[in-house]
Amino acid sequence: MSTADYTQSDTGQDKRTRRWHILVFLLPAVIVYTAIMILPLIETLRLSLFNEVDGHSVFVGFGNFQTLFGEPRWSASFWNALRNNFVFFLIHMLVQNPIGVALAALLSVPKLRFGAFYRTALFLPTLLSFVIVGFIWKLILSPIWGVSPYLLDLVGLKSLFAPWLGRPDTALITVSLISVWQNVGIPTMLIYASMLSIPEEVLEAAECDGITGWSQFWKIKLPLILPSIGIISILTFVGNFNAFDLVYTVQGALAGPDGSTDILGTLLYRTFFGFQLQIGDKSMGATIATVMFLIILTGVCIYLFAIQRRMRRYQF
Amino acid sequence: MGSTTLKTLLMATSILASAGFAHAADTTLTIESWRTDDLAIWQEKLIPAFEAKNPGIKIKFAPTPPTEYDAALGARFDAGSAGDIITCRPFDKSLEQFKRGNLSSLKSLPGIENFSPVAKAAWSTDDGSDTFCVPMASVIHGFIYNKDAFDKLGIAVPTTEAEFFAALDKIKKDGTYIPLAMGTKDLWEAATMGYQNIGPNYWKGEEGRTALIKGTQKLTDADWVAPYKTLAKWKDYLGDGFEAQTYPDSQNLFTLGRAAIYPAGSWEISLFNTQAQFKMGAFLPPVQKAGDTCYISDHADLGAAMNAKSKNPEAAKKFLSWVASPEFADIYANALPGFFSLSSTPVKMKDPLAQEFVSWREKCKPTIRSTYQILSRGKPNLENETWVESANVINGTDTPEVAAKKLQDGLDSWYKPAK
Repeated sequence: MSTADYTQSDTGQDKRTRRWHILVFLLPAVIVYTAIMILPLIETLRLSLFNEVDGHSVFVGFGNFQTLFGEPRWSASFWNALRNNFVFFLIHMLVQNPIGVALAALLSVPKLRFGAFYRTALFLPTLLSFVIVGFIWKLILSPIWGVSPYLLDLVGLKSLFAPWLGRPDTALITVSLISVWQNVGIPTMLIYASMLSIPEEVLEAAECDGITGWSQFWKIKLPLILPSIGIISILTFVGNFNAFDLVYTVQGALAGPDGSTDILGTLLYRTFFGFQLQIGDKSMGATIATVMFLIILTGVCIYLFAIQRRMRRYQF
Repeated sequence: MGSTTLKTLLMATSILASAGFAHAADTTLTIESWRTDDLAIWQEKLIPAFEAKNPGIKIKFAPTPPTEYDAALGARFDAGSAGDIITCRPFDKSLEQFKRGNLSSLKSLPGIENFSPVAKAAWSTDDGSDTFCVPMASVIHGFIYNKDAFDKLGIAVPTTEAEFFAALDKIKKDGTYIPLAMGTKDLWEAATMGYQNIGPNYWKGEEGRTALIKGTQKLTDADWVAPYKTLAKWKDYLGDGFEAQTYPDSQNLFTLGRAAIYPAGSWEISLFNTQAQFKMGAFLPPVQKAGDTCYISDHADLGAAMNAKSKNPEAAKKFLSWVASPEFADIYANALPGFFSLSSTPVKMKDPLAQEFVSWREKCKPTIRSTYQILSRGKPNLENETWVESANVINGTDTPEVAAKKLQDGLDSWYKPAK
């Protein structure tokens, strides 16, 4: 490593002339973003402070939050969902991202044959609709028609098979791993891209210094892709705490068995839209959505202020 | 009642016929429904039958997919563009529309007297004083069995619980068939086909259900825990990996002839008739001791109401009276075997399996699912909790007593029975 510098975001606000074209070009995006993101967000935050009493919307301050955290049943289902969501996130961090890094490292080996094929194959599940993914895996893991008990039987390991999706102690892990399978292409591609951007000279210099193979990966490549790993972590965090679709397609809106796969997204869905005989509760739904928003905001802030600032960036 | 209906119909027809001359235009009634599957039946059978008798009224059946129905209908009510005839979901969803003034009262509709209070319960106000939908169809719970399997193993149709479990033991010992085709993955199977299927025999149908609403009985009472104790015993007779077995899995296991008994709802009949290659029969939820009164879940599923802001109220009323008539019941029930008319006049079914189901009405006392009326209004929702707990009991996650206690605690947290 010859030069190590901090990158500086350029602060070129020195021209005094009003540049109207910037405003004009930004406007369409700002309007669309405001209409479909910012206004609904504000409306959700507002709605969480109101509740319906006798058919009229009444301002209740933080009353809904008091119900959510104070009332034993609400808080039990909320904490259950939050705990499950953390497990869901942890499995992604511990399984998806290391595998993503490993696959990217393998893909970037220059002598690799069929590289394009592997790249496509690994990215393909990410392109599939979650409905298809959920359905395929439900079938693969089905104890009746599934291919997994059959395959395990072929190698004499049938005893290892269990109806994983139907057991409270394994369902969450199974669903998380399905999600990992689907999404592993994203960290792989991002890290693959950042590995490709490592200049050849740096690697050659390392080789001259006798750093090759594994130690090259640990000492040269990994520090250089660390910012990408940071971005991936935060994307995983936001994605996982907003997750809903896969659990809904695999385990249904009640996120069974026994609420063991219930995450914040499914809890929000049931509360806001209702389910079967349960009639939707917009205020409590907005309250849960607000809490989700705050959780994600906190997580992103911790990352931005505590981690990203300290992260060293290298410029070549 | 047939003659009164006919008279009303004739009178209404004559009025409308003269009106028709004056305006020389047909009145068109639009039916809102979520039963997209029924489109062919309406167009080919029901609408021609009605229009033949009522010249001047044209019917348009305009279904919306089931998942969008409630939201779309709500929006159309708000916009004033909802159809004249509304297909009613049972209980609170329709009650809410009635309270908002979107549905007309049908208390005095000619033909409504053809229905018993249990049949009307799904679409009546809590005190039962007003009714706003004409009951169209209900589904009955029971067990469908593989007749060939029973004959092969020499099993007689069980009538008591002891016989039922003896039959299950025999099937299990033989090993050719999975004794019971049911899974717990989708949760509702355990609750609807399990708990609500066998439960009425224990809590004595309407007696227990209304006592629960009044607060004189609790879900922790012996009569309400007992069905859970029986369900817990089912576990040993389900297929391998039943925890991850979904509802379509169960249907397929049975229709492929791999399972002997299917805890069923009568809506399965049409599908099973087309898919199963063997003879099928049905039996009642077994009673505890021989000679006990049997109770069946005869659950109201859909009804028809009138949009309060309909521009053709007279024609709409005439149509609803026809829906309440035995003629409609006959056509509808036979076109859709498994969806039974709720009319007090018995309908003769051409399908033998459907006929078996409907014949139970004559010897057993009907009730509706215990969690549907009033008790599922609050949070936690009793119906959803029953799904979760029924699956838990069968999976062995919770004991029957713990499950019942959880349900009652949940109910107690928001439901205060009227004193």
